[in-house]
Amino acid sequence: MKLLNHTLLYLSASLVFILSTWAVVFYFSMMDEVYDSIDDGLENYKILIIKKAIQDTTLLSKRDFGESNYAIRPVAREWALQATEVFKDTAMYMQYEEDYEIVRMLTTYFSTSDNRYYELKIIASMVEEDDLVADLLHALLWLYLAVIASAFIINNWVLRKIWRPFYQLQDELKGFRLGEDKLFHPPETKVREFRDMNETVAVLLKANIEVFQQQKQFIENASHELQTPLAIAINKLELLLEQSPGTDEQAQRLANVIQHLERMTRLNKSLLLLSKIENKQFSQDQTVDFNARLRQQVDDFTELLNYKDIRVELIEQANLTQRFNADLADILITNLLKNAVVHNYEGGLIRITVMGNGFEIANTGKKQALDPEKVFTRFYKSPDQTSSTGLGLAIVKAIAQFHRAHVSYTYTDNLHRIRFELFT
Amino acid sequence: MKILIIEDEEGLRDNISQFLNKEQYTVETAGDFHAAMEKIAGYDYDCILLDVGLPNGNGLDILKSLKFRQKRDNVIIISARDSLDDKLEGLGLGADDYLTKPFHLAELNARIKAVLRRKALGGRNVVKLNNMELDFDERTVSVSGTDIHLNRKEFDILAFFVVNKNRLIYKSALAEHVWGDHMDNADNFDFIYSQIKNLRKKLKEHGTNLEIQAIYGVGYKLTV
Repeated sequence: MKLLNHTLLYLSASLVFILSTWAVVFYFSMMDEVYDSIDDGLENYKILIIKKAIQDTTLLSKRDFGESNYAIRPVAREWALQATEVFKDTAMYMQYEEDYEIVRMLTTYFSTSDNRYYELKIIASMVEEDDLVADLLHALLWLYLAVIASAFIINNWVLRKIWRPFYQLQDELKGFRLGEDKLFHPPETKVREFRDMNETVAVLLKANIEVFQQQKQFIENASHELQTPLAIAINKLELLLEQSPGTDEQAQRLANVIQHLERMTRLNKSLLLLSKIENKQFSQDQTVDFNARLRQQVDDFTELLNYKDIRVELIEQANLTQRFNADLADILITNLLKNAVVHNYEGGLIRITVMGNGFEIANTGKKQALDPEKVFTRFYKSPDQTSSTGLGLAIVKAIAQFHRAHVSYTYTDNLHRIRFELFT
Repeated sequence: MKILIIEDEEGLRDNISQFLNKEQYTVETAGDFHAAMEKIAGYDYDCILLDVGLPNGNGLDILKSLKFRQKRDNVIIISARDSLDDKLEGLGLGADDYLTKPFHLAELNARIKAVLRRKALGGRNVVKLNNMELDFDERTVSVSGTDIHLNRKEFDILAFFVVNKNRLIYKSALAEHVWGDHMDNADNFDFIYSQIKNLRKKLKEHGTNLEIQAIYGVGYKLTV
């Protein structure tokens, strides 16, 4: 649920409570005032009627309410003296409404100068409480809806406006990838909380980028530093092999040690190359004729391909000439071809297709698709390829990313296909 | 032939000088920038192996100073840095070749000889071994005057053997020299063996009295 709707939900729930409490309090205080005012009016009437009745004795014989709102009847002295003045609600038939309606009635007693005692009843029409309650509820409902609606609109507008820097930050962070060149630009804002958050995020990212850079630099430096001891060790063993060959078995063991050191050297070089590509230490300002380079490389592989009895088909559907780093183009093609040879079998096939926007190298091999998610990850290798570095396709991927190209793996028609596309 | 090794890593320095001594070169060494500057100021060398990263100085400054003194010593840079910019800078400053660590000693030997050959003025760039003649410029091989037809890779293999004659060539040194980065799998050594078998056959057919000896599991040796 959006933040906007959260506040609205809480607001509407609490408004129900606040508005109903308010309505109850309002109703009672209003009714209190209404009674007060009617009773005052009745009291006033009483004084007027009594005064008039004393002057005009005909009024004393007005037994029914009739067209007016009072009635007088004589009562016994004792009764009158012990009774008290009473206000009460009572029902009375109303001609207009054709129904019994609640009226307010004041019952009081007075005596005339000749010591006769009378009971005076005065009525006043009352507010209709059920109608009032219904009206009030109605009004309240509308008020509630109006408040919610305006809260929704205002919230929407204000919150959207206020939270804009937040959403901008969110977008900025969504597009952010460690290791990409894109800089982090926190949105401008006057809201202190957001400014604090932006600063915090910026500091955090800066620290992360630094760690990431150091990490990359570390890999590069470590690989560098390893080159010299590796060189010394390999050369010492070469000299040892030449100078004191010993038995054949000893020589083979020494050769085996060199082989492992060379594997380490290759790993090291590949890591170095990877971090160099990722650190963008290559220029892109060369024009590379991929058709020519593919032909050249296939030619370089000829003896090996003949030896392994692998047939190569080079299908040039189009000319592919692109801005590319020439060294990386060679590394790319070499790695892909090497890959296609190594994972092939005797009598297999490699089919290279050059298209207008890229090329595809397909090869026969194990009759089972590889995991397209994993083939390009570092150190992914099949169990029977223990001597490979597992970095060849990771380098291909890095070269693709460096040139904003797309590289993908599929397995169809018994061919493992790696497609390199330059613009998609 | 006088060779100067400017390299701060003692282990590497020793390896190279030991290896080169066997090639009948006079080998001198310098372990840091100042020692190297003294040597080049005092003597002339046929080839200088120059490490770029030196304590208390940059190897490229030594190269600059050589050019400034208009010395004609050949320079091969040996560096742990395998970057194109470094290579271009080094070659731009007048270095003759650039070799990245780690390298095989046989490869270094081939590079030194190539540099020395290139600078040798006059005469043809030809090596004679018994009854075989190998022309590096024309890339041709003849035995007792008859040309042998070798393909590109076969010539490269033979040339590598010739410059490293009577030395044990470790199998991957050969593979890297001839096929570069295209080969780095152990199972490819069978392939190299088959290529050498072909070469041997061709040499034998033409009556060459040279033998390429295979040392099982290790490498090869051209004995003269």
